[in-house]
Amino acid sequence: MRIALFVTCLADTLYPQAGKATVRLLERLGHEVVFPSAQTCCGQMHVNTGYQREALPLIRNYVETFGGCDVIVVPSGSCTASIRHQHSMVANRLGEAELARRADELAKRTYELSELLVDVLRVEEVGAYFPHRVVYHPTCHSLRLLRVGDRPLRLLRNVAGIDLVPLTDAEGCCGFGGTFAVKNADVSTAVLADKMRNVLATGAEVCTAGDSSCLMHIGGGLSRLKTGVRTMHLAEILASTRDDGA
Amino acid sequence: MSTFLGMPTAPRGVGHLRGADPFPVAARRALGNSQLRRNLAKATTTIRAKRARVVGELPDWEELREAGRSIKAHTLAHLDEYLEQLEREVTARGGAVHFARDATEANRIVTALVRATGSTEVVKVKSIATDEIGLNDALAEAGISAIETDLAELIVQLGHDRPSHILVPAIHRNRAEIRDIFLSEMDDVDPELTDVPSALAEAARLHLRRKFLSAKVGISGANFAVAETGTLCVVESEGNGRMCLTLPETLITVMGIEKVIPSWTDLGVFLQLLPRSATGERMNPYTSMWTGVTPGDGPQQFHLVLLDNGRTAALADPVGRPALSCIRCSACLNVCPVYERVGGHAYGSVYPGPIGAILSPMLTGVEDNASLPYASSLCGACYDVCPVKIDIPSILVHLRARHVEEARSASRVPSGEALTMAAAAWVMASPSRFAAAQRGGRLGKMLGRGGVIRRLPPPLSGWTQARDAPVPPRETFRQWWRREHGPDDGGAGS
Repeated sequence: MRIALFVTCLADTLYPQAGKATVRLLERLGHEVVFPSAQTCCGQMHVNTGYQREALPLIRNYVETFGGCDVIVVPSGSCTASIRHQHSMVANRLGEAELARRADELAKRTYELSELLVDVLRVEEVGAYFPHRVVYHPTCHSLRLLRVGDRPLRLLRNVAGIDLVPLTDAEGCCGFGGTFAVKNADVSTAVLADKMRNVLATGAEVCTAGDSSCLMHIGGGLSRLKTGVRTMHLAEILASTRDDGA
Repeated sequence: MSTFLGMPTAPRGVGHLRGADPFPVAARRALGNSQLRRNLAKATTTIRAKRARVVGELPDWEELREAGRSIKAHTLAHLDEYLEQLEREVTARGGAVHFARDATEANRIVTALVRATGSTEVVKVKSIATDEIGLNDALAEAGISAIETDLAELIVQLGHDRPSHILVPAIHRNRAEIRDIFLSEMDDVDPELTDVPSALAEAARLHLRRKFLSAKVGISGANFAVAETGTLCVVESEGNGRMCLTLPETLITVMGIEKVIPSWTDLGVFLQLLPRSATGERMNPYTSMWTGVTPGDGPQQFHLVLLDNGRTAALADPVGRPALSCIRCSACLNVCPVYERVGGHAYGSVYPGPIGAILSPMLTGVEDNASLPYASSLCGACYDVCPVKIDIPSILVHLRARHVEEARSASRVPSGEALTMAAAAWVMASPSRFAAAQRGGRLGKMLGRGGVIRRLPPPLSGWTQARDAPVPPRETFRQWWRREHGPDDGGAGS
């Protein structure tokens, strides 16, 4: 299958390893990955901070860049959710009915990584090898806006060598919330403290999730406290093989 | 985009819909209170588990939620008709109906009604509407003392405190604190009082019993009003409500106009949704219903005060309107990661938590509660548990947009945030500008030590106060792609 990658602005700029892993994984599974270079950002940060007018050109850019693609994969639950639930809402609100229609159309062909693997490519065993103790944080938007359910866990359980351990209060927010983490830094930190406590209690070496943004938050806290726990995107674990010497 | 001029919002200077400090400031204060943090975590965790258990028993829970949502949506769309029907039916059965435009008018009406009875003491059923308008303060100014008879409200009143939860107003207090409040504030208390819950309840029961038997006037809110018969309904757990609603000679009910529902069939839906969502019970212990006045039985004077106080302004906002469907169960508070850490006082309004973060700004106008729509990580847990399916996260996002748009039209000089957002959007709207900005971001490397950035300038300093930030990598994804795969690929526009 020919799959277009929307890598997201965050992964593009700060976490390219998540994008590279997505490419490596899909190519290993025998698919062709393309990267439309006109892509930038889904506009979620603008919409969620109240700047819908500013988000409109970003939405238009997404729709124009990916309009000709049959299947689009996004290694981010919250960016996928923004595309699916916000793009047409914002376009409609700003009187762009035709853009809204195209955005809705396109949203149906846009998948978060675990959705693409399990629902479209029908694969749960991706041939990965990752001999480490791992804890999975089901990010809020994957869970409650996309309803990915246990798809990421099904993929992880099939990874050879993995020691996948359960997370207490897993479905609780990590406290990130985009600009919330800065506007309400104290509350965000307090929520993070409990998430880190639960992660540390598992004795895991790696905390994984389907969203680089939540991982930036959890990882930023784990790093500041020198906990020795690292964060990795779900795609990185699924892309790992014995050849990586992982 | 619409503006919402013309519909009056809740007036300033009266009632409890606005806090003294913006949310981040009040929240920081609350976060420092370790006793509060412990009390809240314990209480919300307990209620969450109870709710999940009893909701899980019902195979048709989702259908019930949808029924609740659609009944409320229908009623709000025909609110004028149902209010007139309610007025007709209550009046026909011997009650008197008063329409109050806002808090000031409602307080004036109720004060005059109590004065007319000659009484200087009233007993109250737990009611958020009367707290919203600051009724107790208004009555006190008129020399009338209002006695709260709900146990938690009594604790709050005796502690000279403010409620911090819609359903459990004293959730921020533990039993040791409650014992101390009773010992110092209850004139008739046993000095040997322990902090065993049953002993605390017994002390309150003895204290209140005398008040119930002597009071000539009762004041209540209402959970529901059934338009087809003019029947009012109060749902409670302690029986204090039943006392206040049946023993006094005069009963005054203050009710938000959005509480009306069309029929008894509709009531059946909400009486299933509310207790399970609120206290995690299959059914609440006391459900009191009354219709006008019944000669020789119960209060012989009944007044219904229908309160607007910004509700029509909320109704005029088509996106935010579902906030008026709220049945005050508090399920959204109990699952909210923000509420669980900061408690209710930080929201500055009688409506705290996720529902308060949308309802309060809609009642007061967004500018008066501008920090509340941002008091959420948009995790969505509130929407999942709401018994009437209010999409709180989407309304939060909508109110943020209203705030930005209103600020934009009110001032010629954009804020720093607005400039940053506009600049970011300008960069992101073009792949070449975005790629150039990414190269500039490599400057961030100079801030980094050992692969992380420990300190960023404002406004990002909020991030680095407790979290490291990543150093931008040597190569962005698109640079890597170009190196590996050549210049361009794939998209329709390429």
